[in-house]
Amino acid sequence: MPPTVPDADELTTREVFRRGARLIGRSLRAMPGSHAIALTGAVVFAVAAVALARVLGWVTDEVIVPGLDGDGVPADRVWAGIGLIVAVAAFRGGGAVARRYYLARARYGTELVWRRQLFEQYLRLPMAFHQSRPTGQLLAHADSDVTVASLVLMPFAFAAATVVLVIVALMSLLLIHPLMALVAAVLFPALAAINHFYTRLVHGPAAEAQHAVGRVSSIAHESFDGVLVVKALGREQEEVDRLRAAASDLRNHRVRVGRLRALFEPAIDALPNLGIVGLLALGAWLVNRDAISVGELVGAMALFSLLALPMRIVGFFLEEMPRSVVALARVDSVLDVDAPEIAGGERRLPEGPAGVGFDGVSAGYEGAAVLRDVTFSVEPGEAVAIVGATGVGKSTVARLLAALHPPDRGTVAIGGVPVQDLRVEERTGALALAFQETFLFADTIVENVTLGREVSDDEAREALRLAGALEFVDALPHGMHTVVGERGITLSGGQRQRVALARALAGRPRVLFLDDATAAVDPVVEARILDNLRRELHLTLLVVAHRLSTIRLADRIVFLADGRVAGVGTHDELTRLPAYAALATAYELEERAA
Amino acid sequence: MTAPDRPGSLHAEGREVGALTVLRRGLETSPELRVGFLVTALMALCVAIGRLVIPVLIQLILDHGVRGDEGYRPGFVYTACLIAVGIISVVAVLSRATYLRLVQVAETTLLELRQRAFAHIHRLSLADHVESRTGVLTARVTSDVETLAQFAQWGAIAWVVNSVVIVTTLGVMLFYNWVLTLATVLVYAPLIPVLAWLQRRQFRAYEQVRSRVADTMGAASEAVQGAGVIRAYGYRAPVEERLERANQAQYESQSWAFRFFALLAPITDGFSAAALSVVVGVGVWWGPELGLSSGELVAFLFLATILLNPIAEIGEVLDQTQTALAGWWKILQVLDVPVEVEEPDDGVVLPPGPLAVDCQGVGFAYREGGLVLGDVDLHIPAGAAVAVVGETGSGKTTLAKLMARLADPTSGRILVGGVDLRRVDPRSRRAALRMVPQDGFLFDTTLGTNVGYGRAGATIAEVEAAFAELGLSDWLASLPRGLDTPVGERGENLSVGERQLVALARAQLADPGVLILDEATSAVDAETEVALSAALSHLAEGRTTISIAHRLSTAERADLVFVLDGGRLVEQGTHAELVAAGGRYAELYESWVGNTRAAR
Repeated sequence: MPPTVPDADELTTREVFRRGARLIGRSLRAMPGSHAIALTGAVVFAVAAVALARVLGWVTDEVIVPGLDGDGVPADRVWAGIGLIVAVAAFRGGGAVARRYYLARARYGTELVWRRQLFEQYLRLPMAFHQSRPTGQLLAHADSDVTVASLVLMPFAFAAATVVLVIVALMSLLLIHPLMALVAAVLFPALAAINHFYTRLVHGPAAEAQHAVGRVSSIAHESFDGVLVVKALGREQEEVDRLRAAASDLRNHRVRVGRLRALFEPAIDALPNLGIVGLLALGAWLVNRDAISVGELVGAMALFSLLALPMRIVGFFLEEMPRSVVALARVDSVLDVDAPEIAGGERRLPEGPAGVGFDGVSAGYEGAAVLRDVTFSVEPGEAVAIVGATGVGKSTVARLLAALHPPDRGTVAIGGVPVQDLRVEERTGALALAFQETFLFADTIVENVTLGREVSDDEAREALRLAGALEFVDALPHGMHTVVGERGITLSGGQRQRVALARALAGRPRVLFLDDATAAVDPVVEARILDNLRRELHLTLLVVAHRLSTIRLADRIVFLADGRVAGVGTHDELTRLPAYAALATAYELEERAA
Repeated sequence: MTAPDRPGSLHAEGREVGALTVLRRGLETSPELRVGFLVTALMALCVAIGRLVIPVLIQLILDHGVRGDEGYRPGFVYTACLIAVGIISVVAVLSRATYLRLVQVAETTLLELRQRAFAHIHRLSLADHVESRTGVLTARVTSDVETLAQFAQWGAIAWVVNSVVIVTTLGVMLFYNWVLTLATVLVYAPLIPVLAWLQRRQFRAYEQVRSRVADTMGAASEAVQGAGVIRAYGYRAPVEERLERANQAQYESQSWAFRFFALLAPITDGFSAAALSVVVGVGVWWGPELGLSSGELVAFLFLATILLNPIAEIGEVLDQTQTALAGWWKILQVLDVPVEVEEPDDGVVLPPGPLAVDCQGVGFAYREGGLVLGDVDLHIPAGAAVAVVGETGSGKTTLAKLMARLADPTSGRILVGGVDLRRVDPRSRRAALRMVPQDGFLFDTTLGTNVGYGRAGATIAEVEAAFAELGLSDWLASLPRGLDTPVGERGENLSVGERQLVALARAQLADPGVLILDEATSAVDAETEVALSAALSHLAEGRTTISIAHRLSTAERADLVFVLDGGRLVEQGTHAELVAAGGRYAELYESWVGNTRAAR
């Protein structure tokens, strides 16, 4: 079971910080080098920034005041001042670049590591895991969740740098005059507190505004997506009203955020300025008593303007934290799943065609039983159709056979050997499956057929021929080497199914399971393909089908009802069962209609 | 034949337009923005004054409070400081008021603009709603408006505030000394083009990041969606390798793109250091000749720093501005697309009961692309059940849409009960004619509400009756929550066949005289298929029924069959007549029979 993922609002501040610290710790371990350079850059930046303020003070005392109010200054001292400004600015800039760039590398590198861990899980975990989570959710973990989880790393290093900056700045002020340091010690914590308070207050309304954006989008999306129905029903005005309501709601939330911003922003802007005014009043008095120089007063004021912005970043850091830890918890809900791979055993198959046996097999998903005590066998070289209503568990039979899903009870055997005792290569080599939902990789047709197995191009061609795909494949611009999918050409459903069938045949399987795998293929073509298979390949064939024409091609039929085997025999024999007869009639009706 | 690219066409959006054109058109559409502009300018003035108070105060206190001819003047210092505190406070209060007003104006403008665009898009003919455009149209009222909203919250304010701050700061600098001002301006001048260049590079780098992220997600979706295949064929290693490659490439491109942002800091720092150096150098060497005081020069150092930020910020929002203007322009363009299906003011009301349908020389062409239908003449008697057949792309679905007036024909006319559709009162038209589209789209609400949309003011009992009349009571009863079943997005909690059942019940509730059925092409499971065909035959009773047939079994049962080929009506008659005639229909029928029955 996946660990439960908390909601951002449910976490206590303590819990957020505990998880946040762990998140940062993981990133530090993942990218230690980048973090170290970034932190060094941050310290260089902080020291240089404070130094620049002091340099301005020195320039005031040694260059500006004597130059304008006194007897003039020697040119080399002016040059020294300029040189100092440029040199310190260069350090500050260099520190900033190192901090920003290596921080980005640390962040994106952390994302890389998290994504890699997720992908490993996706490939490692058994099918049951994939069936329990929607595709979109798994992709979102690797995309937005990883991004949001790492969001906190950027302001984190900045916040860490700010701490350094504040300490250096306070020490510098203390050296100028303790009273100046006192003004800063009162003002900046107040500023940080206001920021924190503001961020917390605005968090709720801002999140609600974001939700409202989502609602507006989904209304617009649904409304245009279903425009045909909207028009057919004449519901245009109702749709406009619906959007208006959601958009008004959005406006109200945004205005509420704006109201908070309007309250705090001017205050946050004004506070450092008020501090500087206080500093000036105090400084004028101190200058007069010769306790400090004019330059030191100028330096102190420059330090104050320097400290105002970083206080805000600390606020951002605290704001990102809850979102990030929740996103990481979602990622962890996958990383923490600990299910063993179906490892496979050591046994090999005897030579020659292999039969299939189900002996007292029960299986289900998350406690809900699908198959109950299913027993049947398929002789080597025989063709058997598995028939039953939708949801009766036909596809589960396929998954059990391929060891994609473990049985709760009983044994599933190929060639007399239980599938879990077979070596993995032995099983994947002997058994091939093709499903109704075909999956083609965005790659060439030949790669889709061979899938990295040792299959020559000629063998792939032969498989395509048997699957009735060679004709249309040869007509493609690059034949077998044509790329399909998103960046390549789009195949029709029937064509995709035939390529997937060729994939199943390319490994020369001894047992072939077709799970409605030719449903989208034209019935005439389908009959020809199945005929070919039976004639040219000596294999054991299991077919799940909804077409009577296909069902009748089988030697025997296994009829499933309510998760049990309700009958085994030929079509004519089974017609005596009312449930089977009803289903057959329905299939016939469908075929007549289609 | 290709339709000419008419003015206001949805596709003309790529054209380059100037920022001023967009602004002018935008203001015409949303005149309330003028108020917003005034408010913003006022706010900007407040911000500018707030920022300039400090350097001016520094100069005054240094020159007249501490180092003046009279030495230390505590009275002057305290008075100046108190006045400064007063100004800072007043400015803070004014900023609050103006900002609040600004937010209200901006958000209301966006609300109105969004609603207007949304309503306009819904008024457009179905010809403008081709499938490929759905995403684009949705983007107009979602992401494009959001881009504008983001811009309104930051970029637009940044422009006005920063311009005013720059102008007023320059004003104060000029008041102190024009030579130093000129020197500062010269130093800063290259900053804007440099930042703009950096922005462009950064923008391109981020485009690459987006495509790398898409690659990673593409590989990831293969690993997830192809999970079964990967396991069944032991294809793990190549997939893993592909994922790792995409993942690495994404990391590299993200780091590369961030390089430009990292460069931003030292560049502005460099300019700031250059400006400070120039101010100190020029000020100290030529200051005495220009009558500059030390307080003024110190104030200048602060002013030069104050001037840097707004310039840098304008450089940063240039890009956002372009995106926002482009989004705005796209929204304005949608509003320019003409509404072609105009409802009559005083329309004809159609009588109840089955009605005849006539097409006279009906043709249709999309704005772009060729003719879909040409010169179709046909007569459907009242109460008849007819089938329209033809291959994919023959124009049969388009004909159905024209009959329901989801779009108007580009030539010819359609008469229902002898009245030109364009003259029929819209409410009467919707009551008399009902099209059931093939996709069975449902709104994300309950099943009952979806059916209730069939007729305004329908009661629950009537909805249940509609199901009963179609013989679907058992199916309805089989759902644990019955009419309260949530159908999910697009109705995806239900199967394709079940969605069609709901669509049929919805049509039954409307009780139209003419029923236009666009048959579903997708396969339905056998059990639902039986329910569906029974419901269809109940629904057709006592109405004129026009079936857009994808299955020839429907045509076999129809009173009359119309065969379309390449947008033209090529044959008409009963099934037996057409098979006997040995034309296009006979060909279609033969291949269909061959496909479905030869396999026995």
